[in-house]
Amino acid sequence: MAKSRASGRPFRLFRNINAKLAAIPMILTAMVVFVGFSAWTITYSFTRSRLLPKLDFVGLGQYERLWASDKWLISIQNLVIFGICMLVLSFVIGFLLACLLDQKIRFEGVFRTILLYPFALSFVVTGLVWQWILNPDFGIQSIIRGMGWQSFTFDPLNDGRIVIFGVVIAALWQGTGFVMVLMLAGLRGIDDEIWKASRVDGVPAWKTYLFVVVPMLRPVFVTTLVIVTAGIVKVYDLVVAQTGGGPGIASEVPAKYVYDQMFLNQNLGQGFAASTMMLLTVAIIIIPWAYLEFGGRRRG
Amino acid sequence: MADITFEGPYGRRPRSRISAQNIVIYSVLTLVAIYYLIPLYVMVVTSLKGLPEIRMGNIFSPPIEATFEPWARAWSSACTGLNCDGLQRGFWNSVRITVPSVVFSILIASINGYALANWRFKGSEVFFAVLMIGAFIPYQVMIYPMVILLRELGIYGTLTGLVLVHTIFGMPILTLLFRNYFTTLPEELFKAARVDGTGFWGIYFRIMLPLSVPMLVVAVILQATNIWNDFLFGVVFTRPEYYPMTVQLNNIVNTTTGVREYNVNMAATILTGLVPLLIYFVSGRLFVRGIAAGAVKG
Repeated sequence: MAKSRASGRPFRLFRNINAKLAAIPMILTAMVVFVGFSAWTITYSFTRSRLLPKLDFVGLGQYERLWASDKWLISIQNLVIFGICMLVLSFVIGFLLACLLDQKIRFEGVFRTILLYPFALSFVVTGLVWQWILNPDFGIQSIIRGMGWQSFTFDPLNDGRIVIFGVVIAALWQGTGFVMVLMLAGLRGIDDEIWKASRVDGVPAWKTYLFVVVPMLRPVFVTTLVIVTAGIVKVYDLVVAQTGGGPGIASEVPAKYVYDQMFLNQNLGQGFAASTMMLLTVAIIIIPWAYLEFGGRRRG
Repeated sequence: MADITFEGPYGRRPRSRISAQNIVIYSVLTLVAIYYLIPLYVMVVTSLKGLPEIRMGNIFSPPIEATFEPWARAWSSACTGLNCDGLQRGFWNSVRITVPSVVFSILIASINGYALANWRFKGSEVFFAVLMIGAFIPYQVMIYPMVILLRELGIYGTLTGLVLVHTIFGMPILTLLFRNYFTTLPEELFKAARVDGTGFWGIYFRIMLPLSVPMLVVAVILQATNIWNDFLFGVVFTRPEYYPMTVQLNNIVNTTTGVREYNVNMAATILTGLVPLLIYFVSGRLFVRGIAAGAVKG
């Protein structure tokens, strides 16, 4: 629609010059930072860079070291567990809460406000609060022991085998409200006629939700999936604040591995290789989605 | 129209106030709401207790003798390894980071969005697509080259550098918001102004910017919360004396030296969460609009 404005005469550099000048920050960000910096990091991930980046290529050496490193393998394992738990639980809980809120109830605004407020808080605050609630000496464990169940043990933050679930608890508290709001927005977009039709046919509400509404919400689910997944891959400050990667290295995550290698261990090549792996993970999710979203049918 | 179990054919799902179903719905929601409020409650309660009381009681019990001393200590004398002047330094750093970052990122992104919506040029959609896809690149991929760039510009470690970083990485989402907003405005406005001979900047400042006030408010809420809550950029791109509040908070609480003052820690945590919480509770629906607009239209 707006295209006709720019067309007419053949393209020239000085046509529409103000718009081009105005778009310079965007063009620089897109091409220099997003494309250029990523290419730079990928290139240097094939080098021997340690304290300083230098073009001393070692092929896949950094990647071989990366995948031989326990810390990285634990990071990946944690990311997978964290990611699956987050996706499944935040989707299920978020959708159920959205359905409940969509029942034309009173005080909907109050409930929504309460369920979403953790999303306004930073991961650092989230991590520190849950570190305190899960504190074995004062938190949940001590309270339940105080009630008489002396052998009760729930100390995820000091138990390497389950520490990542302690992080999941905090992340769910912080992020489920966001998923719920997106789902609620989707539910609100569903035509009332659908409800009338299903009621006329005597279909129970849960069946309508499962077989009519859920398929209709597919675009919302896909968008939410992409956003939540991109957030999962980036998880960093939550872990730093809540566990510091501990106990030992039991709750390390890839983003923290990258930071530690780059800024603490002076092992830039490892950091670049690890961050390239993160980029690859995101690309596997984003590229098919972007293809569907922008490739085929063009909207707007 | 066989077995109809509701009153009236065109109701908006009518239902008596007190039905079994409603009781279930309200009880589930109330329980979930209580669960969601517990951390806030625990934070507040802990921050108002003295240390001896914390050691004796449990985290849920209300303070016997409420004291604001932990708040005062968190604000003005909690230690972060090197210095002991409390969170106030981080607070003011965060203010000095957030305010200019919000202003610059929104100004630049709204101009971008305007150019994309009303003055498309060859390639503009390509750059926009790159920008949108780039928004999903993990920051870890770009931080080191960014460090080099800031160092070359001589602003690595400074607040200016961090403001630039926030402006850059806030661009995709904000540009998207403004582009979508400007495309929904009636085209006749733009055409009329063009016929009157108003140029690119004239239309932007005299027509588009005043019309985009609702979007500006949403963008300010979104950016202020995001930037205030940032941790990664703060820790990577600033020197310790310029650390934003989140980084300083983490350093105060997770310091390994000395006695752990849980009450001071929780007071500091609340203080750090206070600004985004205030924004959230005051802005209400607009906050939801911000995150939903950014997400659903993406």
